[in-house]
Amino acid sequence: MTAHVPPAGVLGFTVSPDFDIRHLPGWYVVNTWLQRQSGRTIALQMFEDFTSLHHAIEEDRVDLIFANAFDAAQLVRERGYLPLAKPHAGTDEAVIAVPASSAYHSVEDLRPGVRAAATDNPEVELMSLILIEPADLARADVRVTVQPNHVSVAKALLYDEADVGFFLAATFDDLSPDVSSQLRVLVRSEIFVITHVFLVHPRLAALADTFRRCLMVMDTDAKGLAALDDVGIDRWEPVEQEEVEFMIDLMHALQE
Amino acid sequence: MRDMTLDDLCGSPSGEHVLTYADGISRRVYTVDHEVPFPDGRLIVSRTDLRGVITRANDSFVAMSGWSMPELIGEPHSIMRHPDMPSVVFRDLWHTVGRGHTWHGHVKNLRKDGAYYWVYASIVPNVRHGEMVGFTSVRRKASRRTVAEAAARYAALR
Repeated sequence: MTAHVPPAGVLGFTVSPDFDIRHLPGWYVVNTWLQRQSGRTIALQMFEDFTSLHHAIEEDRVDLIFANAFDAAQLVRERGYLPLAKPHAGTDEAVIAVPASSAYHSVEDLRPGVRAAATDNPEVELMSLILIEPADLARADVRVTVQPNHVSVAKALLYDEADVGFFLAATFDDLSPDVSSQLRVLVRSEIFVITHVFLVHPRLAALADTFRRCLMVMDTDAKGLAALDDVGIDRWEPVEQEEVEFMIDLMHALQE
Repeated sequence: MRDMTLDDLCGSPSGEHVLTYADGISRRVYTVDHEVPFPDGRLIVSRTDLRGVITRANDSFVAMSGWSMPELIGEPHSIMRHPDMPSVVFRDLWHTVGRGHTWHGHVKNLRKDGAYYWVYASIVPNVRHGEMVGFTSVRRKASRRTVAEAAARYAALR
């Protein structure tokens, strides 16, 4: 996956780097669907990590984004991005997992100096650090090794390079049975409020309703439905500005 | 906000109190010396208007408070106030959020059945178009060490 700068007049579309790699072809189909339905030229840029995504946001190269809540908070509040839609089902949750043979059986068993493996997903880190608070642990008490993806996080656990792994629950649940059978969930968040959101840049505010309509009818068309299926979403749901603001308030409450 | 009755309780009452809130309203409450553990992984989330009246609550709030959703919506957040909580803590809370800042702190909450649960609470002002319109409160599980420290601190303040 190599990010490139789309030519002038082409809209830049991207997806939060925590997407399931198996959904990569599906996002290209979604991109094609959006192009055809909106009549605009859209280039999908997939980023390998959050650092690259945040760099693109800083350079104002992101016109459409399916963002996780952490990034959505910044994009909506600080950059004026407009919410278009959210997935009908599923919220962003975190899982803290250990090797199946680990001596840790509850969060309270964790001690300062615990070794954690994680990706650079700030949303997962935020949720995971909240999950370990009952053990009286803060960020400084955890030795975090950043891994390129969730499979590498799992491997770090299996190779005894980490005591705990921080995962987005959806990616943990997608680990192969061979790998997941060697791991054990220490704790799983049940927040039920935090979700990915489809956003559009404020300079495209005039097109917001067009993109909303495109997304809302996606599940009524065979090709659209197939594209949704390829990215693991059953259908899009309208999302009000206030609903996103509520989620952002919650994220801020947890961050401060 | 109705008075608690002995029929509400999950066990023998350990105390009876008449609480008077900042708005002058009084309420009789009973306490039961039983702590309900905060479940792992959960967050209690609610929103209030500027007067502290609950406008939105999540399922974890319902489960931990013992009140049903219809019972919670429209009630002041102080319905959860435990008599062991010093009023100065809530004065600090309102003073902080009223100035547009986030308040953090440990809170011992009273359940509908008289039992209690400890949380670490974060309360953020909801600002829309430059105007404060309400507050979002997020409560999470706290460590036993910090709960014990807060309990001792609050006991000294009462």
